[in-house]
Amino acid sequence: MATQHSRSAARFMMAPAVILLLGWMLIPLTMTLIFSFKKYLPLRGGDLGWVGFDNYVRFVSSSAFWPSVQTTLIIVGGVLLITIIFGVLLSILLDQPMWGQGIVRILVIAPFFVMPTVSALVWKNMFMDPVNGLFAHLWKAFGAQPIEWLSDLSLFSIILIVSWQWLPFATLILLTAIQSLDSEQLEAAEMDGAPPLSRFAFIILPHLSRAITIVVLIQTIFLLAIFAEIFVTTSGAFGTRTLTYLIYQRVLESQNVGLGSAGGVYAIILANIVAIFLMRIVGKNLDT
Amino acid sequence: MGQITLKQITKSFGDVQVIPPLDLQIEDGEFVVFVGPSGCGKSTLLRLIAGLEDTSSGEISIDGRDATEVPPAKRGLAMVFQSYALYPHMSVRKNIAFPLRMAGLDKAEQDKKVESAASVLNLTDYLERRPGQLSGGQRQRVAIGRAIVREPAAFLFDEPLSNLDAALRVNMRLEISELHQTLETTMIYVTHDQVEAMTMADKIVVLQAGIIEQVGSPLELYHTPRNRFVAGFIGSPKMNFMMGAFSSEYDATTIGVRPEHISVSPTDGKWKGKVGVSEHLGSDTFLYVDVEGIEDPVTVRSSGEVSFRHGDMIHLTPDPEKIHRFDNQGLRIA
Repeated sequence: MATQHSRSAARFMMAPAVILLLGWMLIPLTMTLIFSFKKYLPLRGGDLGWVGFDNYVRFVSSSAFWPSVQTTLIIVGGVLLITIIFGVLLSILLDQPMWGQGIVRILVIAPFFVMPTVSALVWKNMFMDPVNGLFAHLWKAFGAQPIEWLSDLSLFSIILIVSWQWLPFATLILLTAIQSLDSEQLEAAEMDGAPPLSRFAFIILPHLSRAITIVVLIQTIFLLAIFAEIFVTTSGAFGTRTLTYLIYQRVLESQNVGLGSAGGVYAIILANIVAIFLMRIVGKNLDT
Repeated sequence: MGQITLKQITKSFGDVQVIPPLDLQIEDGEFVVFVGPSGCGKSTLLRLIAGLEDTSSGEISIDGRDATEVPPAKRGLAMVFQSYALYPHMSVRKNIAFPLRMAGLDKAEQDKKVESAASVLNLTDYLERRPGQLSGGQRQRVAIGRAIVREPAAFLFDEPLSNLDAALRVNMRLEISELHQTLETTMIYVTHDQVEAMTMADKIVVLQAGIIEQVGSPLELYHTPRNRFVAGFIGSPKMNFMMGAFSSEYDATTIGVRPEHISVSPTDGKWKGKVGVSEHLGSDTFLYVDVEGIEDPVTVRSSGEVSFRHGDMIHLTPDPEKIHRFDNQGLRIA
């Protein structure tokens, strides 16, 4: 009886939080779904009635759709590649005993605390500006023609900015993973005749594989939604229009809420496909 | 071959010298046990021999060649770690084959050596499993297997049995001794357990604070301990020490008598005392007797069952031949 009572009491206590969370999630989701089946143009007549799957067809058949998917994937893939390779290297470096380790670790984590808008503006104006930027000065110092980063290498520039923001996250998780490696395993490998590179490949990297999958999973979910970095740097020009940015343009610049909502539903589906796919890999890795 | 010589080896961590100058000679095929209380530097000494720590000064030679600057992999030694240090993401087969793979042997030869090591260690059925799916004793055997395949000049064991339960420990102790008989390779074994040391060793090295207190065969150490420390450390239950009036009778600062060298009588004897706790093991009975003038209770080992009860007054008589005498430096008086 007591357990039954406490169980129903527990449910009762949890209810407000659960209802709030559900409302928070379900109301915007339902509204997105409803709008996606409507022709809704706020400045050009408002709600113009149901149109079925019209918005879905139009969103996909638009010439901007596939390039935006491609851009999204390039940015996500590029950032993942950079953050994981450099994250592993940095975490190995930070794991070495050195003077001022605590301060160095805090400094490494610092970029993660900078707001995306701020960091993107700093990169845009202080580093990548073709006239006054630090890179421009560096190039000129060597007598080279400064690169117009955000127009000539726009996609790469955005990958660079986003990587800079996410590198600390990857480093932090990989560092804790490296610290949990039993030093006797490395010593055993050393006695077994494994040179440093083999020790890295056969012992450290497999040990990190779980942490790497977790980094990939979490970063992918967040990177699919990056927006501020593109908004303040290129505003979607020069081939940097991601799926998220395309949806934003449809809703706010073209004032077509219905079309944008259909795009939003596509984005939800895409994110879920990625999530299921990754969950399987993680599940497999967590088993062993 | 597996002859190891340490000449004036020292090791310091910062300002702290954990191993003062130390000399040791280990002969080929010997089973040497380093024993001592925790923190006495026995593991450090083993790691110096393995090459996992650099010596601060002195010279290590293996088979007559100077190995002081040789990296661990090139010394031809194999080590079994306390935590076993198996590679968790590799199967047992890959774990055992790892040193061979690093040495660049071809696949067929690797397999042959792994199979033969596995059959020696009863691991054949477990080759495809991961270390996480094995019991403690099996993991231990995999770690030994990984050491065997390298055919090293000497095996180094760093407290390999301390993570096993008591019954398994006795089994593994026998298996390692058996392995030593089969392979006839030098083995250096570190433990804090004097029972392991006594049962397995050809030669025991007793260490305290980095200093070698005594080197000798188990029975040498038992019968003629060089000083009070060795006398108290070797033997179970511990030797009883007596001072003052008890020892001046024998012209010594301290005398020591092992529990098994004291006889008990209800009526007459040399010392009189009150029985405290008695532990009945069936084959033996350990009596803890409070004797006036001695701080710690005197431990007495009587064979068979003894029917003294708590609080009984009894008389103790030491075997005069088996009394160990120590001077004021704690050294043995011959």
